[in-house]
Amino acid sequence: MSKTGHEIRDAIARKELSAVEAAETALAQAQSFEPQLHAYIRLLPERAMTKAREVDARVKSGQSLGPLAGVPIAVKDIFCVDGEITTAGSKILENFRAPYSATVVQKLEEAGALIIGKTNMDEFAMGSSCENSAFGPTHNPWDLEGVPGGSSGGSASTVGAGTVPIGLGTDTGGSIREPASFCNIVGVKPTYGRVSRYGMIAFASSLDQAGPMTLDVRDSAQTLSVIAGHDPMDSTSVNVPVPDYVAALRTDLRDVRVGIVSEFETEIGKTDPDMAALYKAAYKDLERLGARLVDVHLPHARYGLATYYLIAPAECSSNLARYDGARYGRRVSGDGDVYAMFERTRAAGFGDEVKRRIILGTYALSAGYYDAYYGRAQKIRTLIKKDFDDAFALCDVIACPSVSTPAFELGAKTQDPVAMYLMDYFTIPMSLAGVPALSVPAGYVRDLPVGLQIVARAFEEAQMLGVAHAYEQATHHANLRTPVVTLSGRAS
Amino acid sequence: MSQQTPVQETTRYEAVIGLEVHVELSTHSKMFCGCRNVFGAEPNTLVCPICLGMPGTLPVINRRAVEFLCKTGLALGCTIASHSKFDRKNYFYPDMPKNYQISQYDMPLTTGGSVELPSGKVVRLNRIHLEEDTGKNIHAGGHMAASDYTLIDYNRAGVPLMEVVTEPDIASPEEAEAYLLQLKTVLLYLGVSDVKMHEGSLRCDANVSVRPAGSTTLGTKAEVKNMNSFRSVVRALQYEIARQEEAVRKGERIVQETRNWDETRGVTYSTRSKEQAHDYRYFPDPDLVPLTIDQTTVEHWRSEMPELPLAKRKRFVTAYELADHEAGLLTEDRVTADFYEAAVAASKEPKLVANWMLGDVRKFLEKHGLTLATSLLRPQQLAALIKSVTSGKISGKAAKEVCDILVAEGGDPQQIIEKRGLAQVSDESAIKQIVDDVLAQNADSVAAYKGGKVKVLEFLVGQVMKASRGKANIEIVRAILVERLG
Repeated sequence: MSKTGHEIRDAIARKELSAVEAAETALAQAQSFEPQLHAYIRLLPERAMTKAREVDARVKSGQSLGPLAGVPIAVKDIFCVDGEITTAGSKILENFRAPYSATVVQKLEEAGALIIGKTNMDEFAMGSSCENSAFGPTHNPWDLEGVPGGSSGGSASTVGAGTVPIGLGTDTGGSIREPASFCNIVGVKPTYGRVSRYGMIAFASSLDQAGPMTLDVRDSAQTLSVIAGHDPMDSTSVNVPVPDYVAALRTDLRDVRVGIVSEFETEIGKTDPDMAALYKAAYKDLERLGARLVDVHLPHARYGLATYYLIAPAECSSNLARYDGARYGRRVSGDGDVYAMFERTRAAGFGDEVKRRIILGTYALSAGYYDAYYGRAQKIRTLIKKDFDDAFALCDVIACPSVSTPAFELGAKTQDPVAMYLMDYFTIPMSLAGVPALSVPAGYVRDLPVGLQIVARAFEEAQMLGVAHAYEQATHHANLRTPVVTLSGRAS
Repeated sequence: MSQQTPVQETTRYEAVIGLEVHVELSTHSKMFCGCRNVFGAEPNTLVCPICLGMPGTLPVINRRAVEFLCKTGLALGCTIASHSKFDRKNYFYPDMPKNYQISQYDMPLTTGGSVELPSGKVVRLNRIHLEEDTGKNIHAGGHMAASDYTLIDYNRAGVPLMEVVTEPDIASPEEAEAYLLQLKTVLLYLGVSDVKMHEGSLRCDANVSVRPAGSTTLGTKAEVKNMNSFRSVVRALQYEIARQEEAVRKGERIVQETRNWDETRGVTYSTRSKEQAHDYRYFPDPDLVPLTIDQTTVEHWRSEMPELPLAKRKRFVTAYELADHEAGLLTEDRVTADFYEAAVAASKEPKLVANWMLGDVRKFLEKHGLTLATSLLRPQQLAALIKSVTSGKISGKAAKEVCDILVAEGGDPQQIIEKRGLAQVSDESAIKQIVDDVLAQNADSVAAYKGGKVKVLEFLVGQVMKASRGKANIEIVRAILVERLG
């Protein structure tokens, strides 16, 4: 069984393990799994070893240690890391060296974490399978022919393989929760505004949130405690005190009302009876832990996908305008004026899915269409928010599917964008409402892992993590099996 | 103007002008980042990842810029919005780091208000909104199409920019100039901008159309850009109005377009730029939260407002009994007005202070290439100088000499007078002695005077002054001469 972040940190504090050893082990495993998983766009051995030696020096001199001291972590390549190439999975940024670190990266390193590498992702976080990366797809550690999910597929894959206990991802419509579900790990999308977006390359600004992807709930709670909080560099980060999420972890669910979403149950029952059965069993487990199940409704959630695919592309069409080859990143020179250069650069630099969404968004914002598309989408977003308010009047958390299927095979959906978009059916409404949601391992369907989604009111991550922790400690689904990559890794 | 038929030669036309003025606010830092906001630094030295639009960066609103704009709004009687927001204006241009400009679309910080011109004319304002400035393209070949390469200076990118939009209330190029001057004066009083058109901290675009005099419908407008001084605004508008009038007379159709002013050739020409076809796809900037401005803050700002130029001008006319044009000149900027009032307080001579400031002080400032702000002349010194004249201590001519020195070097007027021996002789017995000497030496002239040639008196006055080396009090000299000549 792989070591969690808190186990590594405790072992380092007790001097049973050095940070250098922890970093070396993680880097060696990352390297050896790379041919099968391709979870990383770039490993950062020098950075990790430098930080590890700093941690070891602190241990030696008896100085206080940060909450993540000596813990190897992997960071999605969407976060700027000072002095390191940061690509967002795109050719257009293949040579972009970030001149500063994202606030979350800074906080993680200050807490003693060792960043061993930048993980693969769908280009600019647009995708649900990690196949839209300009640098080749990542594979699922539980099924090497399967996708790891996306867009935070690299972080999910490497944590799922046990290479590092903690990965950093971003979630715009499900990009942390869906891959977490596919790779049998915990993935947390915090409340919009809970975590700073500064230094995180924007896809859809009103939806993007950074969050932890970890082997267990405790590591998620610990990581969130480190990265959450107001950042003066991000006006949309909210100044709400950050509670001690680790202290709030619980082992029973007495007095907790868990909402079950009627519309979602109908939907999953129609699409996959095995999945429906797994979730039914999960709800029963919650009940056994003392929770009271109540029916709730999210009547507008079914419009979530359509709403999302207007708002997110609209914002991305503007956010991605800056990649023009003039100041940084790739430039395709040639004849003609500066506009010709822009066009060549963007034509060569962006992949198909990114172009598709830029075109969608440009259209949705156009004069004469704004009210019908973007304007109306914002109205539905408000209705979806209200759905959650109404539901949370009846319950403390919502439990529902994270996904409608386990991981699918590579290439299965690449020719059908809408089928790919549907992968986020159960995760998008929470993103639109801005409420926190996580995915926690809930068992296996056709031998592949599947996650349970727990959703809470805005800024009630402590409640959400508490419920997930109780469920995890009672079921231990993730620990019951071993990812195939570790078996084949031993063989090779 | 869409009619194709030529109009009667005798029809008179009137111009309808609306101005869009961009003003760079003189805040310490830029609009959305901490970079310094100053003019003239080495290219690309006042930049950071945020104003360069680097991946992952986010804007944070400069509250001071909001305050500067709202204070301008308060000065011009605008309504300050209690709720406002920023929007993205999307278009590709190499001097714009993000390829969108953060601006305000449908919820500007202020609406309404007006600028009152000295003539009494009121130019209504439509709105004032806040946005970020772009960088500057420096084309190797003068303009982009003809250049091998273009250099971009991003020092200006992200500088707070306030856009003041008028209603189409301006009727002539001269009125446009008067509007700009008045606006400039207000902005200088508020201290919210340097308002230097040649440095680009004030830029002006004009929407111009013509229509038959007395008509109430608006003609098709052209937007005139690239006017770099108040004078070029006047010239460009004169040209554009004449051009449109001539076209309409010929029965031509005026096209709605953007026209650039060519300072050298003295013409406007159609830009036919790509920009014209643009759909800016405005939408609320999701990186910024909506702004709320509470009444307490507005009242606090209001309490900090200085007396405004036009109010001051009117007060100067009544309190100091100045002519309106004098009051206008003395209230052109705050330094001049404050200097005037301080000098009046010290001398109690409002009229004389005005004469000095608009006359000799001005002349000597110009001579030495100085302004009231840079000269060492202090109001108390000017007051003391004026007192020396009224008390008869020095002559008007000597006072000019002292004034010249004060403007150039500063110092104590009394010491200058003494050091240069400029004090006037008013002691009657001393003057009588000189007069008697002069009369004795000019017996012919005395005889001529007595024979009826009164003009000779002035000659004798001149001789006495000469003998006293200019220091005798001329009034006393004349009185004694008349007395002696009986």
